[in-house]
Amino acid sequence: MSGQPFFELWVYLSATPLAGLTLTLVAYIVAWWCYVRSGMHPLANPVLLAVALIVAALVATRTDYKTYFDGAQFVHFLLGPAVVGLAVPLAREWGSVRRLALPIAGALAVGSMVALTSAVGLAWVLGASPATLLSLAPKSVTAPVAMGIAEKLGGLPALAAVFAVTTGILGAALGKYVLDASGVRDWRARGFALGLAAHGIGTARAFQVNADAGAFAGLAFALHALVAAILFPLGYLLLRAAI
Amino acid sequence: MSPLLAGFTWLLLFQCAGEALAYFFDLPIPGPVLGMALLFVTLLVRGKAPEPMTVTADGLARHLSLLFVPAGVGVMLHVARVADEWLPIVVALGVSTVLAIATTALTFQWLARRAERNSGGAEP
Repeated sequence: MSGQPFFELWVYLSATPLAGLTLTLVAYIVAWWCYVRSGMHPLANPVLLAVALIVAALVATRTDYKTYFDGAQFVHFLLGPAVVGLAVPLAREWGSVRRLALPIAGALAVGSMVALTSAVGLAWVLGASPATLLSLAPKSVTAPVAMGIAEKLGGLPALAAVFAVTTGILGAALGKYVLDASGVRDWRARGFALGLAAHGIGTARAFQVNADAGAFAGLAFALHALVAAILFPLGYLLLRAAI
Repeated sequence: MSPLLAGFTWLLLFQCAGEALAYFFDLPIPGPVLGMALLFVTLLVRGKAPEPMTVTADGLARHLSLLFVPAGVGVMLHVARVADEWLPIVVALGVSTVLAIATTALTFQWLARRAERNSGGAEP
């Protein structure tokens, strides 16, 4: 078979960061194209499709995650400045945000508690291991922050990142149906719920649907990260001291 | 200078400031989140974001979903655990996400209507 030179080329290329980085961008562009072609259908989530394409490519070429991440880390790194940049839409919407301080604080407290307690409670009842429970706790918080929280709680940071991304995809895909069924038409409430429950991936979806929804999703996403990063580790210490 | 370059540099500088704050005060909050808080306060004091920063921040926000792809591919590392505990994981993630979206949106809508009715009704 004449596949040998190509195999050697792949071995050569996959040892450099170039392969992982290119694969990430190509898979995302293909996924984005499908998403746009579907009329931005919520179930055709671009993160889900891109992850599936990349995992298939890595399994087919027997490339391990570490080798892939050597290249993909450059994309992963941009999460930092992107989170910082969320201050811009937040400051732009400050006028309307300030008048809604009470709804924002109330929805943040209720949503955060529901996300945390229902996930950990259900998994506990169904017999999940302690490491899984502790990694599930921050699943509605954005991946980089969820990793930090899971580490502080004694969970597995990489598993927490997977749960966070999965939650983001689920929220972005199902959000429209849940919100329609709940009878919530207010774009600010819809965006806020997506950002709170499905962090950055929900926020990206909200920005694609409506500008107001996007701004309030970014607000919820940022506030939830800030509050959870402080309160989750603290609450866990208090809980352990009480038991 | 290219607006994208200037905007990106500013975002990185605020991220550095956030990381420095977390390091020196031993805070449990991630650096980028603190950097966002710092930039937010700066923008409120300053009044308006400069054009290059708006262009860069909006560009990153538009393709925020791309940035989560590498972390999502990490599911490869945990195939065994997810396969062992698939039932609690699937139920917990699915049900809690639906519940969190519904309760957050309903709470927000209820409180916003009350706040807007009260501020309207307070006028003589």
